[in-house]
Amino acid sequence: MGADGQPLALEASHISKRFGGTLALDDTFISLRRGEVHALVGENGSGKSTLIKVLAGFHDPEPGAALNVAGRPVPFPLRAGQPRALGLRFVHQDLALIPSLSVLENLRIEELAAGRLAPIVWRAERRRASEAFERFGADLDPRATVGDLRPADQALLAIVRAAERMPRGGTLVLDEATAFLPAAERDVLVALIRRIAAEGSSVLFVSHDLGEVKLADRITVLRDGRNVGTVTAEKAGPEALVEMLLGHSIHPAADDRDSRKRRSPAVVIWGLSGETVRDLSLELPPGEILGLTGLPASGFAEVPYLLYGARPCRSGRLELDEALDVTELSPSRALGAGIALVPADRTRDGAVGSLPVAENVMLPVLDRYTVGTRLEGGRLRRAAAGLLAEQDVRPPEPQLTFDALSGGNQQKAVLAKWLQTAPRLLLLHEPTRGVDVGARERIVSSLRDIAARGVSVLSASTDYEQLAELCDRVLIFSAGRVVDELAGPNLTEARIGERCHLLNA
Amino acid sequence: MPLAQRLALPAVWLLVIALFGVLEPDTFLTSANFQTIFGSQAVLAVLTLGLLLPLTAGDYDLSVASVLSLSAMVTALLDVNEGWPVGLAVLAAIGAATLVGVANGALVVWLELDSFITTLGTAAFVSGVVLWISGSETVGGVSDSLVNPVITWEILGIPLAFWYGLVLCAALWYVLDLTPLGRRLLFTGRGRSVARLSGVRVGRARFGALVGAAAIAGFAGVLYAGTNGGADPSSGGDLLLPAFAAAFLGATGIAPGRFNAWGALVAVYFLVTGVTGLQLLGVESFVQQLFYGGALVAAVAVSRLARGLPRITRGEMSRG
Repeated sequence: MGADGQPLALEASHISKRFGGTLALDDTFISLRRGEVHALVGENGSGKSTLIKVLAGFHDPEPGAALNVAGRPVPFPLRAGQPRALGLRFVHQDLALIPSLSVLENLRIEELAAGRLAPIVWRAERRRASEAFERFGADLDPRATVGDLRPADQALLAIVRAAERMPRGGTLVLDEATAFLPAAERDVLVALIRRIAAEGSSVLFVSHDLGEVKLADRITVLRDGRNVGTVTAEKAGPEALVEMLLGHSIHPAADDRDSRKRRSPAVVIWGLSGETVRDLSLELPPGEILGLTGLPASGFAEVPYLLYGARPCRSGRLELDEALDVTELSPSRALGAGIALVPADRTRDGAVGSLPVAENVMLPVLDRYTVGTRLEGGRLRRAAAGLLAEQDVRPPEPQLTFDALSGGNQQKAVLAKWLQTAPRLLLLHEPTRGVDVGARERIVSSLRDIAARGVSVLSASTDYEQLAELCDRVLIFSAGRVVDELAGPNLTEARIGERCHLLNA
Repeated sequence: MPLAQRLALPAVWLLVIALFGVLEPDTFLTSANFQTIFGSQAVLAVLTLGLLLPLTAGDYDLSVASVLSLSAMVTALLDVNEGWPVGLAVLAAIGAATLVGVANGALVVWLELDSFITTLGTAAFVSGVVLWISGSETVGGVSDSLVNPVITWEILGIPLAFWYGLVLCAALWYVLDLTPLGRRLLFTGRGRSVARLSGVRVGRARFGALVGAAAIAGFAGVLYAGTNGGADPSSGGDLLLPAFAAAFLGATGIAPGRFNAWGALVAVYFLVTGVTGLQLLGVESFVQQLFYGGALVAAVAVSRLARGLPRITRGEMSRG
């Protein structure tokens, strides 16, 4: 029974989960009332996903955990298929849809995958699908191809599929299923979630977006694997939530205007627009390290790729020495104009794993080592060895294949690859993702050296600690636009986190 | 890469020669036999070498054998029926072949179509064109001014056709291994996104590779017309599979894990030696198909199973 005498749809308590030396969940709990919409929020690494995976039976919790579903105790570990039998349904972020198949085929994918032998009567299936869509107020054509649907409609389909045959009083779990939707498109999903709850089921949705959790009845906040409070949505203001989320109080901003360096800009960006980014204009003085951040899908991560001509750009001008039309930029032109990009995905965009480190590192500058038509192999290898030593890549073996290096050394090698092009504008995306502490320090100090030599650096990152450590200034993005700027005494890890969440709320 | 791995393929070739030498000393170990092996199969060697370009850049070209037929037929028709000077007929044939490459490039690179399916289509289309222009008839009697410099004249007892293949092999080795262009092709094939972000114009590289393969297939067609003194509408039909088998088999030796010119050349002559030897033993001609097909699958399996060898897969080559 809940505190108000209502039967609880689901109650999990004393949930702990240890991975090696770290405690991902630390004696946490969550309870869902029947017919309620409940939000679960927390920073990356707070244990949200682990908790959902425990409920899904994917992880077994440490001994002592208890689970009640509709008032009945259910012992851990859960058997395969047991969460489903208990009325739990899950929709994950990737939605598990097959884009090239129709809406109807996706809706019936479980039956199709189960390999039943009876023929499928598609006419009857279409009718049943239409009935289901009507019941949930979803305006979907069963014959449409899923890949042609708007992202919001794809999410709608995935949610209807999960909810359609859920027993009354079941629990629907949305694990960041709406994270990448534009705010305007979420409204239709809000109506759907409300309708599912009104039928007597409960909905638990996981999010890191405080703007989204306002639609919930109650909100549970996780921090460092612990439940730091469950609050009703009307009582929880955005500031209170951010404080719970980050674990410290919010201080008023200090005046940082005087601390900004006033120098003539080396790089000017005018009216840059891409898929998400809208009308971004900014100036970078020589030697400045400018950070870009925000929540996922706020558009900040697009900026380096747009300025390098690596993604379709709607409009924008970039003044370096000469004015460049960003819509006509290609990577080879950007490289020629003195721009370099260190992409986030090392193994897809940074280097080819099956080829030697030397060949990977020297690829952008082959022409420098060419006499007539011939590559000077010896000079090329010596130069590569020198670069690897300079960036402290271990082992400094140019002939080793790239995938034989550790993550940190791979990133150092990719950095070496781009620094040798002597860029005047260095674009970075998550420059220290997935690297060890030593490599991270090394990379940060390399970037500082580069900036000290007058190179303008633009770094898009979600690592608040690294942004605070590395950058002179940080711009916070929301919905494709810059909504705040932090510098000087305001530029702290805590403050970046606050602004990212608050300005989105 | 360990020396043993580099030299495994040539070693196996020598073993095969030794084996047939013991089994058939009177017919196999004769200079006439080796002249046939080296001379008549230069056409296959040239075709295989051209194929290395799109394979390195991550694209399939299944139209090279049809392009060979087209070129052989154009050469024969212009030389025999129209009485063109041989030089002009050869240029026209290679020009026609190159045009097919341009069409492949436009479809695959500009329209972003899958190279496997697209070149399967152009292969059939070109075969149709060959039947059309030849009236489905074999054309013989190509003039000596083509036959002589291809198969009659010899250096060290081996017809010039072989030496043309050898020169082409050295040229491709130079381009693929020693020039920036070769490096860019390799990265285009292995990691298209990496190449593009490193400033490589990947579209241009892939286009050029498809055009190059077609032009070289055109040259192979000219050698075919010279070697056989004519052309039949299905000249190249039987050569597509051995060319792919040799290209993949060649990627397991000399420079293991990469499509490479010397490996491909050794692989061609390994395959041809095996087939010739088996035929001399009196084995029926279907063994040729067994041998080529088996070699192709074996080559791909070796690259998958051998420790330390990068895999040769379509996934790695195509989508970057």
